[in-house]
Amino acid sequence: MLPKSIQLPLSKESVLELRAGDIVLLMGDLLTARDAAHKRLIAEIEAGNNLPVQLAGETIYYVGPAPAGPSQPVGPAGPTTSGRMDPYTIPLLKLGLRGMIGKGYRSEPIKQALIQHQAVYFAAVGGAAALLSKQIQASEIIAYSDLDTEAIRRFSVVGFPVIVVNDCYGGDAYADGLAEYGPPN
Amino acid sequence: MTQLRELPVDKITKAIGDLIQESAYALPDDYLAAMRSAQEREASQVGRIMISTLLENSDYAASQQIPTCQDTGMAIVMLEIGQDVHLVGGGLTDAVNAGVRQGYADLRKSVVADPLLRENTADNSPAVLHTDIVPGDRLKITVAMKGFGAELMSRLQMLPANSGSAAVTEFVLETIRAAGPNACPPIIVGVGLGSSFDGVGLLAKKALMRPLGQPSPQPHIAQLEQELLQQVNALGIGPQGFGGSVTALAVHIESFATHIAALPVAVNLNCSAPRRASIIL
Ligand code: SF4
Repeated sequence: MLPKSIQLPLSKESVLELRAGDIVLLMGDLLTARDAAHKRLIAEIEAGNNLPVQLAGETIYYVGPAPAGPSQPVGPAGPTTSGRMDPYTIPLLKLGLRGMIGKGYRSEPIKQALIQHQAVYFAAVGGAAALLSKQIQASEIIAYSDLDTEAIRRFSVVGFPVIVVNDCYGGDAYADGLAEYGPPN
Repeated sequence: MTQLRELPVDKITKAIGDLIQESAYALPDDYLAAMRSAQEREASQVGRIMISTLLENSDYAASQQIPTCQDTGMAIVMLEIGQDVHLVGGGLTDAVNAGVRQGYADLRKSVVADPLLRENTADNSPAVLHTDIVPGDRLKITVAMKGFGAELMSRLQMLPANSGSAAVTEFVLETIRAAGPNACPPIIVGVGLGSSFDGVGLLAKKALMRPLGQPSPQPHIAQLEQELLQQVNALGIGPQGFGGSVTALAVHIESFATHIAALPVAVNLNCSAPRRASIIL
């Protein structure tokens, strides 16, 4: 079965359709940000300043790409550990952030916030950065260029493969995997 | 009198630069072989897809000469310096860091100069450098490009003396349970046992440098490696954490003498980009 394609920016309807464990291919534009950019975004929000990017409806990919080779728009770009962004995530969800892509566990409050704000958390394959970069057709730095690999970029992706980890109904693909293959509780 | 062998340090610089370039683009053969056999063993369909994606990634990176993973890590450099080697032409640490700068020229810069101030050094230096003085007139260089997704989930504990292998097992399992998908499984587990607080972490790191498929030469340690591997895989975390039978490809243990009061244990995890390479000069 071929995975279904989902358009970015994510519509409310597509978030409502996604279920933990779904493998989907993303098409369209997303933002990138990791530790240093998150820290700055939150500092701006706390200071009451305007953000350099609009977050309503957006998807953030937690990634610090490798430098681009001669014929690439961007170098290898796989996910980084999402849990480090947990302390910064709820204010961004309040501003309308609808999707996140990374790898690894999210905290309980984040899973609850996904339900409350109808948002979704995807994982990309950690370590498969070279292959993933094939699906990124354009990359442009749009804020915090001094942060280099940690700058905020806009990626245009085509057929970018991800798995839904946490959906907006409390579904959790990591927990499902443990329940199926782990020791009985 | 023993003849000293002169070795210009710029040879060390060049060797380290080359090792970094090579291992950024191509994962070790023993690791790829272990992944291929894991793919046959994996019970979960999603798990098999994850493993085949990672194998495909490694082929693609090698064919394009691009890094397998965007995080090309921090350089861990281990030198075994023969005591009959005379290093000439400059300082050893400087030569090592110059090699790191050369190797990482086109790679991501992931190192900050100060853990609190966090300003990027912009050239991925310095290396974490370990040196051993050994007999002979050769110099062996081992470089690991250590990804920090897995490093971040690694742990160290000073257990009381008589805790035994049961407590060691529990600590290893607890570490891996907490790491779950974060360490990009299938993982390789490096365990240090014994030594002191500072020494046990290095033992765990050295355990990760051992090629896959080589059990410990000590029978009781080799047996514990096997038992631990079974119990780690029974956790069900699976490839990329989506559930499955292959959470780890191997558990390696390095042990050393310790004090009558303690049983130090360190668990260092390696991820789906276990880059390591060695050369003898
Ligand atoms: S933990 Fe390893 S495989 Fe995962 S992103 Fe980091 S370096 Fe890459």
